[in-house]
Amino acid sequence: MASNAAVPFWRAAGMTYITYSNICANLVRKCLKEPFKAESINREKVHFSLSKWADGKPQKPVLRSDAPEV
Amino acid sequence: MFRQASRLLSRSVSAAASSRSTTNRAFSTEVPSTIDSTFVESWKKVAPNMDPPQTPSSFMKPRPSTASSIPTKLTVNFVLPYASELSGKEVDMVIIPATTGQMGVLPGHVPTIAELKPGIMSVHEGTDIKKYFVSSGFAFLHANSVADIIAVEAVPLENIDASQVQKGLAEFTQKLASATTDLEKAEAQIGVEVHSAMNAALSG
Repeated sequence: MASNAAVPFWRAAGMTYITYSNICANLVRKCLKEPFKAESINREKVHFSLSKWADGKPQKPVLRSDAPEV
Repeated sequence: MFRQASRLLSRSVSAAASSRSTTNRAFSTEVPSTIDSTFVESWKKVAPNMDPPQTPSSFMKPRPSTASSIPTKLTVNFVLPYASELSGKEVDMVIIPATTGQMGVLPGHVPTIAELKPGIMSVHEGTDIKKYFVSSGFAFLHANSVADIIAVEAVPLENIDASQVQKGLAEFTQKLASATTDLEKAEAQIGVEVHSAMNAALSG
């Protein structure tokens, strides 16, 4: 099924919409004035532990705790 | 999975053949929340002491139906992932930064789904104009003059720091010139677009 619409440049470069949208949001957050900037970066912090499973047992967990990067 | 494939394929082919060129589906705002009576009856036969399960639509407040005449006000729902900026606010007009350009939305606007680009969104209520800089998102305009606007990040213009915007613009223009891979070029170009939009928003 060929699409007639022109592909946006980020889609042509292999990026998904979510990645594009998150990059835009991060750039806007970086350009905020001080109290708002700290609040927004704080709000977007993630903290999670990820472990892959093999043979029915969890392997060593990967712990990610950081502010999102562009 | 493959056992069902032939059944599903034949079903879709026969449906396409039997239906007209377009399947007439009502918009989600027009379908009244109906409870399927045959399902409820069969449920009562099987489990008479249990209430039939609720569906998501039974929890939703029904949306206003499409009026026959154009309403006077537009109802705006403007939401962010972390907050609901405007919820059911009645306004005169909203101007959204769609990828196809600044789009003015009045009550009775044709139903549209618009992807937003980084830019200014302004909400007009009488003489009151509130502007937000939106990073990206979507706007769903419904037939019943309800506008759902979703954005990842939206800030009032006063919260943007002009000097950082200039710095960012210079940095990304330079990155764009020196980028090698497609992905780097795309990222740099996104940077240039977002910063120039912020620049234009602050100065315009």
